[in-house]
Amino acid sequence: MLWLYTRKIGKVQAIAKGIRKIKSRKAGHLEPFTRVNLLMARGRTFLIVTQAETIDAFLNLREDLLLIGYAAYITELLDRFTYDEDDNQQIFNLLNKTLGRINTESDPDLPVRYFEIKLLELLGYRPELTNCVNCGSEIQAEDQFFSISMGGALCPRCGPKIPDASQISLNTLKYLRHYQRSSYTEAAKAKLSPQLNRDLEQLMQRYFTYFLERNLNTPTFIRRVKNRPQQG
Amino acid sequence: MLLPAPIQDLINAFSQLPGIGPKSASRLTFYLLTAPDELSQDLAAALISLKTETTYCQTCFNITVTGQVQCEICSNSDRDQDVICVVEEPLDVLALERTDGFHGRYHVLQGALSPIEGIGPDDLKIRELLARVDSENIGEIILATNPSLEGDATAMYLRQQLTPSGVRITRLARGLPVGGDLEYADQHTLLRALAGRQEMGD
Repeated sequence: MLWLYTRKIGKVQAIAKGIRKIKSRKAGHLEPFTRVNLLMARGRTFLIVTQAETIDAFLNLREDLLLIGYAAYITELLDRFTYDEDDNQQIFNLLNKTLGRINTESDPDLPVRYFEIKLLELLGYRPELTNCVNCGSEIQAEDQFFSISMGGALCPRCGPKIPDASQISLNTLKYLRHYQRSSYTEAAKAKLSPQLNRDLEQLMQRYFTYFLERNLNTPTFIRRVKNRPQQG
Repeated sequence: MLLPAPIQDLINAFSQLPGIGPKSASRLTFYLLTAPDELSQDLAAALISLKTETTYCQTCFNITVTGQVQCEICSNSDRDQDVICVVEEPLDVLALERTDGFHGRYHVLQGALSPIEGIGPDDLKIRELLARVDSENIGEIILATNPSLEGDATAMYLRQQLTPSGVRITRLARGLPVGGDLEYADQHTLLRALAGRQEMGD
């Protein structure tokens, strides 16, 4: 049983028969996080994979535990947020490019953060960052508040009145806005400091958990792998 | 309800098993209904003893008979004591034993790391393996997890964890299967097969 995200028909479930046999001609092409060309037949309930050929196996990614964790993270987000057979070419392209970036770039944080923000936008959960979500006044260049349930930034006057609002630094807000409106090449020009990356990561995690109403599996895995020196 | 409850219950129970859908479940149930009584009784007895008479070996975490602390392989002093072969499942031990090519001992992790399913290092018998390496005199660890993304991830994690102990760590080779077809091989397998090519002859 496979979960696929396809260009033409979005997320689908498919069955690949005989895949566990060592001589399977498909098995090697159907590993997780592989971009493939498939020939599928419609069965009664599921699609059945009849032929498979790899387009890009993202081989570097497979050699690093942490990168595997990140790849799993973006696919988990995608899986949780999308419905079966709801096609979206932009999401397909974003997924494909992000996997490529995690695979080739030295630092996986930037592509992952960019993916999070763009995914929210493509799904229709784009946070409002230019005007206060409570009073509508334009957000000024100062430290602000952010409310997850209201889906956006709050000005310093409204912020303290909203129960779930928390403070957000001007810098974090700037990066969020920058990623929201820029292409990846432009987004990559702004250097992402470790502190800022942590802030963005935490904010996004809270945002996703709020919408999904449950925790994600992969962040825990990533944390455990990251903390390995202490584990011994 | 069309069927009497005992029949429906058994059908439901069978459908929980992997690879068995409602149709196969009904077929099995009706077969048992008409088959000799001994068959049902043997099956019931086997099912009960499956759970009550098996346990995990406290050394390698393979399955063994209840009452024994160690499995037959771990308690066999004729086997190499300084090589441990790390596998995911008890069935992998069986497969390796059938080859008759390995005479060391095993360590069964009872799964593989899977970020997608949320299976982390603490869900596997990894701590136990590290403890074994520390306390016993082990010369080599063979990582024989599956050649899949999850198996590879597990092997990578184990390598990181085991490196400080200075033990020799090896990984099963990968390449083309017997009777395979080069044309259908995926890049990853082919690349590994090329990288690991061997001098012909003896």
